Amino acid sequence: MSLLTPNPGLIFWMLVVFLLVVFILAKFAWKPIIKGLKDRENEIQGALDLAERTKAEMVKLKSDNEKLVAEANAVRDRILRDAKDASDRMIAESKDRAAVEGQKMIDSARDTIRNEQHAAIAKMRKEVATLSLEIAEQVLHRELKDKESQEKLISDLASSARMN
Amino acid sequence: MYTPLRLFITTALVAATCFFTLPASAQESGHDDQNKVAEGVNKAEHEIEHNLEESEEKFNIGQMIMHHIADSHEWEFSHGVAIPLPVILYSEDRGIEVFSSSNFHNEHHEYNGYHLVHGDSETIEPVDEARKIYDFSITKNVASMMLSAIILVLIFTSIGKAYQRNVGKAPKGFQSAMEIVILFIRDDVVKPNVGPNYEKYLPYLLTLFFFILVNNILGLLPGAANVTGNIAITMTLAVITFIIVHINANKNYYKHLVSPPGVPAPLLLIMIPVEVVGVFMKPFSLMVRLFANMTAGHIILLSLFGLIFIFQSMFIAPVISLFALFLNFIEIMVAFIQAFIFTLLSSMYIGSAIEEHGHADHGH
Repeated sequence: MSLLTPNPGLIFWMLVVFLLVVFILAKFAWKPIIKGLKDRENEIQGALDLAERTKAEMVKLKSDNEKLVAEANAVRDRILRDAKDASDRMIAESKDRAAVEGQKMIDSARDTIRNEQHAAIAKMRKEVATLSLEIAEQVLHRELKDKESQEKLISDLASSARMN
Repeated sequence: MYTPLRLFITTALVAATCFFTLPASAQESGHDDQNKVAEGVNKAEHEIEHNLEESEEKFNIGQMIMHHIADSHEWEFSHGVAIPLPVILYSEDRGIEVFSSSNFHNEHHEYNGYHLVHGDSETIEPVDEARKIYDFSITKNVASMMLSAIILVLIFTSIGKAYQRNVGKAPKGFQSAMEIVILFIRDDVVKPNVGPNYEKYLPYLLTLFFFILVNNILGLLPGAANVTGNIAITMTLAVITFIIVHINANKNYYKHLVSPPGVPAPLLLIMIPVEVVGVFMKPFSLMVRLFANMTAGHIILLSLFGLIFIFQSMFIAPVISLFALFLNFIEIMVAFIQAFIFTLLSSMYIGSAIEEHGHADHGH
């Protein structure tokens, strides 16, 4: 039964030694160890959080970039399309205008030509009439001496008339 | 030539001295001449034979086992090789007395008015029976406990320094080996059982675990003390846990004790005593569990080795040694398990007393 009877001396030493060990370890071992463990865990958690955040930011940035590029592309396309439209329109307009102008010029040229023609014809008619009158006058002025000289005169007059 | 020769002579002399003096030490010393030496050797041999015969007749396995698991005033590694330990006595008339336990090495085991009584365990009794003495000796268990305390302090302060030295770095070597155990105790034993305020109790519970573990393991070494298999040690540990629990216990815990919820009034007559007994049963079970497990392990191992001496056969020894080896492995496991269980139950015990919402376990 002595096995089951606690020895007071042993209890005393046990209390002293164990409490001393608890005190020393709590102060010089567990405190830095637990703090170190906790700091490390916080650090790891912080690093993981940061990585997660950075990843999210990267994704956001990427989608932003994509959006920007898409927008830029759209703007470029629109500008190009507008420019093409404008140039097409301008070309078409100028073509139309040129055609109209050309037509107008052709018309006016035609009018001018017609007018000139009319004028020339009228003038010619007048000239011919005048010439005929002059010839007739000359013929009438000269008395017809002979038949030969009359013919000669007529051919002269005719050749000089052809000069016009 | 000179050095090997000297070595040989020294060895021979040392061996001879050991052989002659050990058995002869119980007798008178002081043989001066050759004849007397020879005579002494003869006498010693007779003595050894006599002792052997006697022990053959008287080998008492129960006594041997009790002697090994009990406390002692000297640290005996094997027969005759023992470190004397200081004896500290307090008595009202003489005050504090300190002397070496080797002083009891005489025929009557008596010194300065004190007897060393060998029973199941050793006690020191005053010759004058009217006197009352208190024995605060550094016994084998105390010395072993101090050794383990020094080991604990050295190991864990160095690990603590390692944490301060490599802040923000991965743990290295022994630090990471211990970190696994510390994390296991913190995350799987203390945190889930004690609850959110676990950090206050963590230093105590960690110390508890490692103190029990180191003492369990040290106790398995040959010639070591059976510290955690001593009821005084386990009782002190259980009482410390008990005190911590009842200092920190909240209102719910005490209310639950005197009026368990949902119990009809007449049953309270039975329930209150049951609850109160439960309060003392918990540390009692802690105390007995550790004590019984460690003592049982030692008894089994010692019984196995005792079998060798009972059978007195060369051929039984290897078989028993193999079996003892196997049991030693189991004992190493038990050393860990018991340290773990003591810590686990202490955590649950503390956790149930400081729990906020009155779901304290009923202690059954």
